[in-house]
Amino acid sequence: MESLVAVPVLLPLLAAGVKLAIGARLRRLQSLISIVTLTITAVVSLVLLVEVDAHGPVVTELGGWESPLGICLVADRLSTLMLVVSTLVTLCVMVYAVGGAYADQEHDAPMAIFNPAFLVMVAGVADAFLSGDLFNLFVAFEMLLSGSYVLLTFGGTQSRIRAGATYTVMGLASSMLFLIALAVTYAATGTLSFAQLAERFGPLDTHVKLLIELTLLLAFAIKAAIFPLSAWLPDSYPTAPAPATAVFAGLLTKVGVYAIIRLEALLFPGGPVATLLMWVALATMLVGVLGAVAQTDIKRVFSFTLVSHIGYMVFGVALSTVQGLSGAIFYVVHHITVTTGLFLVAGLIERRAGTTRVERLGGLMTATPLIALLYLIPALNLSGIPPMSGFLGKLALIQAGLADGSPLALLLVAGSLTTSLLTLYAVAKVWGKAFWRAPEPSVTGTVVESDESTGEDPVVTTTTMPLTLVGSTAALVVLGLSYTLLAGPLSALTDRAAAELMSRGPYVSAVLGRGE
Amino acid sequence: MTIPLLPFAASGVLIATGVTLMLERSLVRLLAGVVMLGNGVNLLIVTSSGSPGSPPILGRFPQEGMADPLPQAMVLTAIVITLGVTAFLLAMVHRSWQLTGSDEVQDDTEDRRVRLRARAGELSEAVRRRQEEYRRLLAEERVQRPTEKEARRRLRLRRREALRLMRHAIRQERARQALALDPELEGDD
Repeated sequence: MESLVAVPVLLPLLAAGVKLAIGARLRRLQSLISIVTLTITAVVSLVLLVEVDAHGPVVTELGGWESPLGICLVADRLSTLMLVVSTLVTLCVMVYAVGGAYADQEHDAPMAIFNPAFLVMVAGVADAFLSGDLFNLFVAFEMLLSGSYVLLTFGGTQSRIRAGATYTVMGLASSMLFLIALAVTYAATGTLSFAQLAERFGPLDTHVKLLIELTLLLAFAIKAAIFPLSAWLPDSYPTAPAPATAVFAGLLTKVGVYAIIRLEALLFPGGPVATLLMWVALATMLVGVLGAVAQTDIKRVFSFTLVSHIGYMVFGVALSTVQGLSGAIFYVVHHITVTTGLFLVAGLIERRAGTTRVERLGGLMTATPLIALLYLIPALNLSGIPPMSGFLGKLALIQAGLADGSPLALLLVAGSLTTSLLTLYAVAKVWGKAFWRAPEPSVTGTVVESDESTGEDPVVTTTTMPLTLVGSTAALVVLGLSYTLLAGPLSALTDRAAAELMSRGPYVSAVLGRGE
Repeated sequence: MTIPLLPFAASGVLIATGVTLMLERSLVRLLAGVVMLGNGVNLLIVTSSGSPGSPPILGRFPQEGMADPLPQAMVLTAIVITLGVTAFLLAMVHRSWQLTGSDEVQDDTEDRRVRLRARAGELSEAVRRRQEEYRRLLAEERVQRPTEKEARRRLRLRRREALRLMRHAIRQERARQALALDPELEGDD
């Protein structure tokens, strides 16, 4: 069981290496390797989740070095739950990407780069969820970021290079902050292992502790796109290829949120930062959703709602109660699935109509009822229409906020409700314009249009929708809906994960080899 | 544990210079900033291991004076990562220069569209006000036909002035819209 923990990290990396060695030849084999790899990872993650939920955290020490010294991977309830959701989502996105490339008869070379970069990113995400020390977390961030740099600037067109410049520099800036925090932490405590830090931060001077916490929080908040540090996200994400955007939106920001959860729950429980996080969460929710209302491009609308809904998760973390954390974890699970689904649908719309700008769209409802349905379900789910999982997640957070009862928490509850309504307004605006309006000529046939001003490649629209594209999107939408059916077991699981996080004991004793 | 002052101060200077350079719009300076920031941060990690000591090899050196090997292992990883990302950034700067002929970070066109919409709304309001005033004066002149010559002349002058203002507002709006769409003026507001 212990050796299984390393599989979600090592297998995708190995597959990426094999694919780079194969190069652009043997495309079928490449796609097969990707999908088989991700399927195995998903199965392993599920097995781990069941095992960890039953018997407590599983630790594996890499290279035979003992825990506080060497690199260890720790699977507890939170990390395996994240792992399961992320591998399921990446599997769907991979099927989508492979299907899209086949359908368009794309050149071999781009796919030969896309595949390994995607797998390196998946390995980085898995490593971030599993890592048991701060330095390994840094390496994981770098892995997933390097993969995402390649995916974001894929093809090297002007708009992607422009977006890539900001994105890469933001990524670098946050990594450097992270490294500075690591140096200070090591100088102050002499360790970077989460378990040892949890013990050694206790007696540390409050000011040094606050300094370290805030620097780490800053680094993670850039990655999670929390309000004052979120401006890079809507600028960069929408330009990437649809599958890449989908997985960025779904997973990469959530890795930042995961890191914040670990930081707040395990390393710095009950610090003075919670109040700051509350205000930041409120600002993130409102500023993000107001941005979404002002946008006219579907991908940008979703990028802004993505920023806005990160606020919900930060709210849950800031409450620092079991109930709040449980709500935040539930919301992360829901949001990964729904956002990825929505961006895949935006990719389908782009494929069908040549653009995602709502003023150029119209009549999609009659042209492609299937895409309309695939848009509507996750859009309503995102804005929290009962009985979907978005509603359940928001309900859990709002209940946790009311249970807290402080004026600030009540203000945030009001903010959550407003954000939810405004999200509904934003997605309904897109629905009204792109789907319900009288049809535009471009939606009815095959058009080649070139946008001179941005220097983009001409956009080819097509009416053929391969089964792989629609199927993978539908699978994600159904996965999002299934959280409603599984709400009982799922929220029980997030409750247990949150309780495990808050008690801190099981994690620390599992890593340092005590108890059991 | 004591921290040696000189490397610590040097890393501070490197980080400060790096951050200052990264705030530039030129991508090449930004790259130089990234390199300096990276080196400064790596130096900081080495510094965090404390004062210099003997090589950490058991059996050959006394254990008390040994340097801490862990930050050295970590900094090697960090150096390799910084190198890789810098190489990627360099390739991207080159590609950007190939495509646009300049090495500046460019504005987001979508942001400018939103800005333009806001600006257009605000200006068309000004145009609409001028138009209303002009129409009102025109109507007034029609009504006042039977009155004396001097009053009509003055009204005509006022109407002409309103027309001039309206045209001016329209011209101004067109100029501002052109400015907002002008690719040459990236970044100016």
